[in-house]
Amino acid sequence: MDRRHLLASGAALGATSTLVLPTRLLAATGPLKVGVILPRSGVQAGIGQDCQRGVDIAGPILKAMGMPDLQILSGDTESKVETARSTAEKLIGEGAQLLIGAFDSGQTTAIAQVAEQKGVPLVINIAAAPQITEQGYKFVFRNFPTAGTILANAFEQQNAIFKQVGDAPKSVVFMHVNDTFGTAMAGGIGALMPKFNVPYKVIETIPYDPRARDLSVEISKAKASGAEALLCVSRLNDAILLTREMIKQRWTPKAVMSMGPGWYEDQYLKTLGKYSDGPLTFSPWYDPKKKLSQTLVAAMAKSFPGVNLNTNHVFTFEALLVAADAYKRAGSGDPKALAEAIRTTNIADNSSMGPGIMFNAKGQNDKVVDGSVQNVGGKQVVVQPEASATAKPIWPMPAYDKR
Amino acid sequence: MSGGLYLNVAVSGLLTGLIYGLSALGLSVIFGVIRIVNFAHGEMMVLGMFATLVLFRALGIDPLLSLPLVAAALFAFGYLLQDLMVRRVAHLADHMQFLLMASVAVMLISVCLMMFGPDAQNAQVSYGFDSFAIGPLLVDKVRVYAGIAALIVSGLLFAFFHYTPTGKAIRACGDNYTGALVVGLNVRRLYALTFGIGTACLGAAGAIMLLLVDVHPYLGPSYTLLAFIIVIIGGMGSLPGALLGGMLIGVSEALAGVILQPSLKSAFSFGLLILVLLVRPQGLLGKVSR
Repeated sequence: MDRRHLLASGAALGATSTLVLPTRLLAATGPLKVGVILPRSGVQAGIGQDCQRGVDIAGPILKAMGMPDLQILSGDTESKVETARSTAEKLIGEGAQLLIGAFDSGQTTAIAQVAEQKGVPLVINIAAAPQITEQGYKFVFRNFPTAGTILANAFEQQNAIFKQVGDAPKSVVFMHVNDTFGTAMAGGIGALMPKFNVPYKVIETIPYDPRARDLSVEISKAKASGAEALLCVSRLNDAILLTREMIKQRWTPKAVMSMGPGWYEDQYLKTLGKYSDGPLTFSPWYDPKKKLSQTLVAAMAKSFPGVNLNTNHVFTFEALLVAADAYKRAGSGDPKALAEAIRTTNIADNSSMGPGIMFNAKGQNDKVVDGSVQNVGGKQVVVQPEASATAKPIWPMPAYDKR
Repeated sequence: MSGGLYLNVAVSGLLTGLIYGLSALGLSVIFGVIRIVNFAHGEMMVLGMFATLVLFRALGIDPLLSLPLVAAALFAFGYLLQDLMVRRVAHLADHMQFLLMASVAVMLISVCLMMFGPDAQNAQVSYGFDSFAIGPLLVDKVRVYAGIAALIVSGLLFAFFHYTPTGKAIRACGDNYTGALVVGLNVRRLYALTFGIGTACLGAAGAIMLLLVDVHPYLGPSYTLLAFIIVIIGGMGSLPGALLGGMLIGVSEALAGVILQPSLKSAFSFGLLILVLLVRPQGLLGKVSR
């Protein structure tokens, strides 16, 4: 009996048997080769390295969950779209049966095209540009909200916070990076904001280069706008630069409301110390009350003392979880079988907020939701949604010159 | 927008431009005398930034105080690089020189990556978040100190080239290579000195720049490009031109950010570059080559 017949026979057995039989088969076929493509160098290196921590802690946790072994093939996008594409091709050439990546929407778009052409499943860890799962791709799956969902959740939770604290800004200045993600978010804000009746008006929009060395002009302009709060879509390095300039230019808005990465990251907290407290981030996050989140927190504390669990770790881990789960259920490393298995994913015991991991016909997990996270005392605490909150929001943000 | 905003932005741009100018001086000095284009310019400045960071973290030395040490270290690096390697390709075609300097750049990036990792790092000095307030003017203290340091270093460099026998000898080599040989100048040593002085400028600029910018190994190419824009605008080989070009870029980028869009800052620099190339190809203070 060959492997195909054995699989077919296995499928005919009951649910219990299907769990056992493929595991035996997988032991014979060996670990699934997973190409993990991240921006490990270049301008996004800090975040790419942070995502890798999610990979580093995954092995023992997946094993404890009864998942099959994964063999990780590491790839680097060098924070460039063109390198992302060639890295994906290289890893597939080296035998990767499934790809994971790649944090940045532009780079992920390039990888998605390669994955689709080659018929190798791509499980996106982080990337929010909506168009990635709107192309009719059959091999691309995303367990991360789109820009539209992030914004919708952000506006809902902002309104909830304003109600909770009994105050709201009347005007905001919107600053955003002008890369694929930033531009998609900016477009989404214009389209979605009117639907959510937020109490503020965007009185100035300031796009900027994510590789900028100096953001003093941008903050001068933001301060001069007279806005009460800062709404932003940033990356890590620019979030640090923006904060430094706000301190130097003696401008503390009522709130910094970020709808992207940067402001919650450990490097931000470590670099700025006491000045890192205060910003609110509306972003996909982990539910601190879920069991798997607590496991991940403990694993991070053990492997990387002093590093707080964050979005980068959680969603990269969950991408591996999706891969391992699909491999287990497919009982094969065949890319088509893996893609079919991913399509029927239903993982309730996950870490991110929302009911669990499942994909719609477009390959998008449309059930995953954001959390509102505030930096308090060098830690990130969840302040919304209330079901997952572990603290109340601090409002307004403490003045930089009084810390 | 208020006048205070423009004043603040212009002053900040001017101070940043002074540091850009100091960095570009390194490129201009080397090209003006040895006629080698240093394509590892930005990477050498990054090396200076990392050296400053090490001194700050290991010994707690303020970047401004470590400036002479870092400049001296980079001087030695540049001197040896010229004498051991660059000298051997100086007579070859331009593309061979380019390949050598580009290789040096790649090696410097790799060494920094291995030693310091890819993360952006900074030296957090006690006055790092302070600013001076004079009426409506609010100027970042770090930028003021950095600008003053850049002016002092540039002044010392001008004085060296104009008032010391060695400086005059170096200028003579740049003006007339054959003539310098005929009158018995030790051109090999003077070239090595020149390259060393150029890289010392980068060390000084790196020490100052660390106060303003987080350093990571991939920072170099953008500063190489910036230095090229500055020296082409100011005039290749002209020391005052480099400083003027730096200030012009600093102020114009800053004002363009306010008047137009911040994301158009770089486009504005390149626009200025194209304008200068069309109207005055030798640069604002450059000499017409014959």
